Amino acid sequence: MKKLMGLLGSVWGGVITHKLRSFLTMLGIVVGVAAVIILMAVGKGSTQSIVSRFSSLGANTLTVSPGSTQQQGGIRTAFGSASTLTLEDAEAIAASVSNITAVAPSSSTQVQAIVGINNVRATVTGVTPEYEQVNSLQMAEGDFISADDNDSKARVVVIGTNVETTLFPDSDPVGQTIRAGNYIVTVIGVLQSSSQSSFGSVNNAIFIPLNTLQLLGGQQLTKNGDHVVSSIGVEITDTKYVTTVTNDITTLLLDRHQILDSANADFSVTSVEALLSSITSVTNQLTLLLGAIAAISLLVGGIGVMNIMLVSVLERTREIGIRKALGAKESDIWAQFLIEAAFLTFTGGIIGVIIGWGGAYIINRMGTYATLVTPNIIILAVSVSVGIGLFFGFYPAWNASRLEPIKALRSE
Amino acid sequence: MIALEGITKAYKMGKRDLVVLKGINLQVKQGELVAIMGASGSGKSTLLNIAGCLDRPTTGKYYFEDREVSRLKSGDLARIRGQRIGFIFQTFNLLSRITALANVELGMTYAGGVNRQRAKEALVKVGLSERIHHRPLELSGGEQQRVAIARAIVKNPSLFLADEPTGQLDSSSGEEVISILLSLHAEQGTTLIIVTHDASVAHRCQRIIHLKDGQIVAEENV
Repeated sequence: MKKLMGLLGSVWGGVITHKLRSFLTMLGIVVGVAAVIILMAVGKGSTQSIVSRFSSLGANTLTVSPGSTQQQGGIRTAFGSASTLTLEDAEAIAASVSNITAVAPSSSTQVQAIVGINNVRATVTGVTPEYEQVNSLQMAEGDFISADDNDSKARVVVIGTNVETTLFPDSDPVGQTIRAGNYIVTVIGVLQSSSQSSFGSVNNAIFIPLNTLQLLGGQQLTKNGDHVVSSIGVEITDTKYVTTVTNDITTLLLDRHQILDSANADFSVTSVEALLSSITSVTNQLTLLLGAIAAISLLVGGIGVMNIMLVSVLERTREIGIRKALGAKESDIWAQFLIEAAFLTFTGGIIGVIIGWGGAYIINRMGTYATLVTPNIIILAVSVSVGIGLFFGFYPAWNASRLEPIKALRSE
Repeated sequence: MIALEGITKAYKMGKRDLVVLKGINLQVKQGELVAIMGASGSGKSTLLNIAGCLDRPTTGKYYFEDREVSRLKSGDLARIRGQRIGFIFQTFNLLSRITALANVELGMTYAGGVNRQRAKEALVKVGLSERIHHRPLELSGGEQQRVAIARAIVKNPSLFLADEPTGQLDSSSGEEVISILLSLHAEQGTTLIIVTHDASVAHRCQRIIHLKDGQIVAEENV
């Protein structure tokens, strides 16, 4: 204990005698650690905000799409282009799969929509009333498509805000008519502008009752007369059922499509959760990359520490000689210089954490990037900086400990 | 106390070997007061460094307290230096950035632990009770040398080695330093070897060893 105190005293003496030099040595580490923390915080913050945006899309929804997700022999059909999914599949899912709250089949086609001299090429999506719930759509004005509209094949549409501003720049669209292809439809509602959507923006969408779309000729039939849809959205009662419901739907549709091997499935079931986990893995990689770039500056700081420690050993050769003459062992000298290096980088690391944390906070307040400082980042940054001190201090300390006492004493 | 048998020391100087000591045989008994005299380059300091375990002989045997130490590992030599030997150098060799007291404590750091009370007592013993918080550069040469003596005596070594302790001092502070060293010997019976140019200092010792070109050429008992 006494020996340790003596050692720490020697280290403190060495640091405090050269205040400016010690500070400059630390500066490299300070900048490196602060950079690592800020960049990692930006990465983590971005990940978190992306995740929360996607979660708001509905982590409790599944999407069934036609076409397989697995590569088979030969040329693979383009995703979503196959016509293997039907309205009848959707009805079967609604009827026989448990833990679901809504099933929303939909089908799309491209049309030219015209009002007076304004026109726009838009995607018309045939939907059932459940679509509003499954996709968390909000109405700005009017109503969404009702069950009655669908049953009676009413010629009504709900439009997104971009379609509204293009076709009706000066007037209220509700109650007005649009010429869509060869048919005239009446606008019954306008959707709220949304910045979040997994499949194209709802702002550019025109929604029409699914049965009406079929009537207007935009929908195909399969060989046995079933009505083809382009996707089926399924809302689950709770996210914990994602796997169960996915499996149930897969089993049901494989059976309906008379496919024995799930590897040959002509449809795929995807969840926002699955999407989220792949997005998270990508953003985590990016965060790591940012951290790695910042770590380079930490490495440069470490080399600076080594440089200064070598100079310091050279400059204190005589001190080392005196200590050795007084009975210091190689290990005493070695420990003294190693601890001095680690002390410098540790202190630099702590200051870097404070600056990095503050910087991340300021960036967050400025609003350009969301930042998130996790305890892991701090522990990592501080331990890495101490590690750098030990690593880059090792050689200078070893150099110091190997000095011959006589030669060291003679040096000036 | 110590015994040197056939000690030689050679340094590599380029391609040639520079032989500094050429077969030294010497014994110093417990409690003896010995002076070593000789011209510059006669090997006095090298002899003292070997006696103080700061350096190893090229050939020959060195017995320190009946133990052959010339082939010991550096860590074991360091332990002997720390606990058994007190050095006093011509150039004082104090750390200039710390106080007199801290310098004395430094002497204890590697000899079992710091004891501030004993460090202060050592400074009082060399007459520096008023100066314990001064740094070396704020002290005169004689005072600095007395700090160095305090640093050596604080750990109660069995052997004192003084390498021209008055070489950089004026005669009156030199006399102060010598009288402190001699009184240490007189009062505590410490074994003391002084390397000196000064014949008057040498003649106050019990035995004088004359060194020339790395060999002992004469010994006289005073």
